[in-house]
Amino acid sequence: MTAIVDYGVGNLFSLSSSLRALGVETEVTRDAGRLRAADRIILPGVGAFGDAMAKLISTGLIPVLLEAAEEKPLLGICLGMQLLFEKGFEYGEHAGLGLVPGEVSALRNDLKDASLKVPHMGWNRLEVVKDDPLFRHFQDGEYVYYVHSFYAKNCTENTLGVSEYGNVRVTGVVRHGNVWGTQFHPEKSGDTGLRLLRAFAAL
Amino acid sequence: MLAKRIIPCLDVRNGRVVKGTNFEGLRDMADPVEMARFYNESGADELVFYDITASAEGRGLFTDILRRVASKVFIPLTVGGGIRTLDDFDRVLKCGADKVSVNSGAIADPSIIHAAAKKYGDQCVVLSMDVKRVDGQFRLFAKGGREDTGIDAMEWAVRGVGGGAGEIVLNSIDTDGVKNGFDLEMLDTLAALVNVPIVASGGAGNMEHFAELFACPGMDAGLAASIFHTKQVDIHDLKQFLRSKGVEIRM
Repeated sequence: MTAIVDYGVGNLFSLSSSLRALGVETEVTRDAGRLRAADRIILPGVGAFGDAMAKLISTGLIPVLLEAAEEKPLLGICLGMQLLFEKGFEYGEHAGLGLVPGEVSALRNDLKDASLKVPHMGWNRLEVVKDDPLFRHFQDGEYVYYVHSFYAKNCTENTLGVSEYGNVRVTGVVRHGNVWGTQFHPEKSGDTGLRLLRAFAAL
Repeated sequence: MLAKRIIPCLDVRNGRVVKGTNFEGLRDMADPVEMARFYNESGADELVFYDITASAEGRGLFTDILRRVASKVFIPLTVGGGIRTLDDFDRVLKCGADKVSVNSGAIADPSIIHAAAKKYGDQCVVLSMDVKRVDGQFRLFAKGGREDTGIDAMEWAVRGVGGGAGEIVLNSIDTDGVKNGFDLEMLDTLAALVNVPIVASGGAGNMEHFAELFACPGMDAGLAASIFHTKQVDIHDLKQFLRSKGVEIRM
């Protein structure tokens, strides 16, 4: 069973529907026992880093997630991926889960071309920089769907895929041990996204 | 770089897709769920659903359709029509919408833009505008293009973006349904004033019109309805054509 962590951040309808469409047994839950019983866990998220982290703390699930990350696949999506890092700089400095080395900071500060729009919103090409079982059904250079204003950096060693936006190489996919993260939304990336989720569900 | 987006727009009334010309004389087209699947398979980058139902039952039917679409089609969905309050945002977001577009609702109460942006993020709030030239001015129209508000549309757009709108759909009433190309003059004027994605709407009649659109700096997406619904333009062919013209396009 694949568990989607429900901590009151964002809309889980598309994510759970996409997994169900793939025939993956899925539960949306905030129950520690169900997360422990899951074969793999997805940490979604939309919104601001500090606010989401506060909500996650208030669920009391962080110890469960840290323990789970030791033994089974965990996938963070969008803000859920950003929370995997050590810290985030959205409206002040906030500690993240620290499961992946690196930090999350404003895309705008690193873009040289001021005419580039932020959020980085839309379909961008994902370039594979390190092969991984997550890319089993993915072809290098396919487009994926992003919506974000902050991005992960200082994490090159654990970066599996990037997308170019102006002069910035946006971290698209990371992996550190059992922990994966995608900055883009696989559940909104059409057939490409479904194939990435299918690979994750087989990990 | 981000790909230019091709967006079919589905106007839904009483559970069916309809599309008018110059907003009058609506014609029934097809089943929204089937149509959404068809567009997803032909390579649409996003879908826009406008609820043009007036009744409460129709509204329930619409959210039901939205839920059915969102459980089968996994590309971004934008929903508009009858959005007036945060509860309306909530209602459609829960059914799988990613972005919500406000039009007349924001004219009636401009504070909805900021309130929604604060709650759901700028990226979620789309300001949709129906605009027509009146006395040498780009004038904002309300109620599906039937009512002149007297408001300068460009000032309205700047104010909306200032309030937190993360994207603008600019529908030119002057070119809508005419199929002579997008209203590049109007779009250019807007692009010089705001730094959020602009979705051009109104006037697409053939593939060349999209190439002209994307040759203009600052244009992110082209939206159309009837030419796609009638299969006058096939999205897959359109995308191949645009790519051959050097436009960044997701295939």
